[in-house]
Amino acid sequence: MPRLSVWAVRLSLLYLLAGFTIGAFILVNKGVGAYPAAWRWFGAHQEFLLIGWMGQFAIGIGYWVFPRYRGNHRGNPAAAVLAIVLLNIGIALVFVSTFWGLPLSLWGRTFEAAAALSFVIYAWPRVKPTGA
Amino acid sequence: MPTIVRWYVKTALLYLALALGLGILLAAGIWRAALTPSYWHLFIVGWLTQLIFGIALWMLPSFTRERPRGNELLSWAVYVVLNAGLLLRAIAEPLRAVQVGAAALWGQALVISAILQWLAALGFVINAWPRVRGPRRKTRQGGA
Ligand code: HEM
Repeated sequence: MPRLSVWAVRLSLLYLLAGFTIGAFILVNKGVGAYPAAWRWFGAHQEFLLIGWMGQFAIGIGYWVFPRYRGNHRGNPAAAVLAIVLLNIGIALVFVSTFWGLPLSLWGRTFEAAAALSFVIYAWPRVKPTGA
Repeated sequence: MPTIVRWYVKTALLYLALALGLGILLAAGIWRAALTPSYWHLFIVGWLTQLIFGIALWMLPSFTRERPRGNELLSWAVYVVLNAGLLLRAIAEPLRAVQVGAAALWGQALVISAILQWLAALGFVINAWPRVRGPRRKTRQGGA
């Protein structure tokens, strides 16, 4: 597995753990009402799991397994690296925005959209018949 | 496909059908608010996350040659607690919302469900983490 995939997949595993922990925390509170402030974590729950876990895991695995170019290489990784960096900044900004109510969600979503675009640009030519 | 992977993937497929079936009830306006969290989590946890768990178990670089999938017993335990936790939630959350039976009992079921699902994530990460790695350098053994 290339280093970029190792980073992306490991980050996604951390988001999985964080997101499930938060989800469990909110669910326990829903069940017994012990700590209503748990709902403050709701935005983080969705963000960490949808984008941080599933979105990022798919990017990491895609970078690893998509058909390679002739000579068995994955092309210039710059746009893919940029995607992972932007995605994680975006998630952090959305988290800060939902958790502390700071007006940063527009920035966060913009970083995430830029990350998506960057990965699409990187991955597009790799989605091709194997060996082509 | 190894047996354990087939269990994960086939169970995930059942959740896909179950979640989208529940979507019909939502669209028909039956228990809509009560069923919404179940609908989403059956789809996202039962189908997507469980599918990812199963395929990752199968496709990630091997742990060792003798134990390619790491601690398989742990992976079976993850399978059990993930599904027990998710099903418990899918039953308790809507019934609690529509006030069928004792709310306190359903509330406690939600606590158990939360712990079970959390343990599933923990177990999966423990097993997957060392398998997320670069290629091993080949070592020469016995002059082969
Ligand atoms: C990949 C996994 C997951 C994703 C992507 C996810 C995503 C979401 C989303 C989108 C919602 C809002 C849905 C709605 O409006 O009902 C939600 C709600 C919630 N999630 Fe998750 N979730 C995941 C796993 C979990 C787990 C494992 C738990 C508990 C152990 C959990 C606990 C909750 C709770 C308590 C709510 C609030 C339900 C309510 O509205 O009362 N989630 N989640």
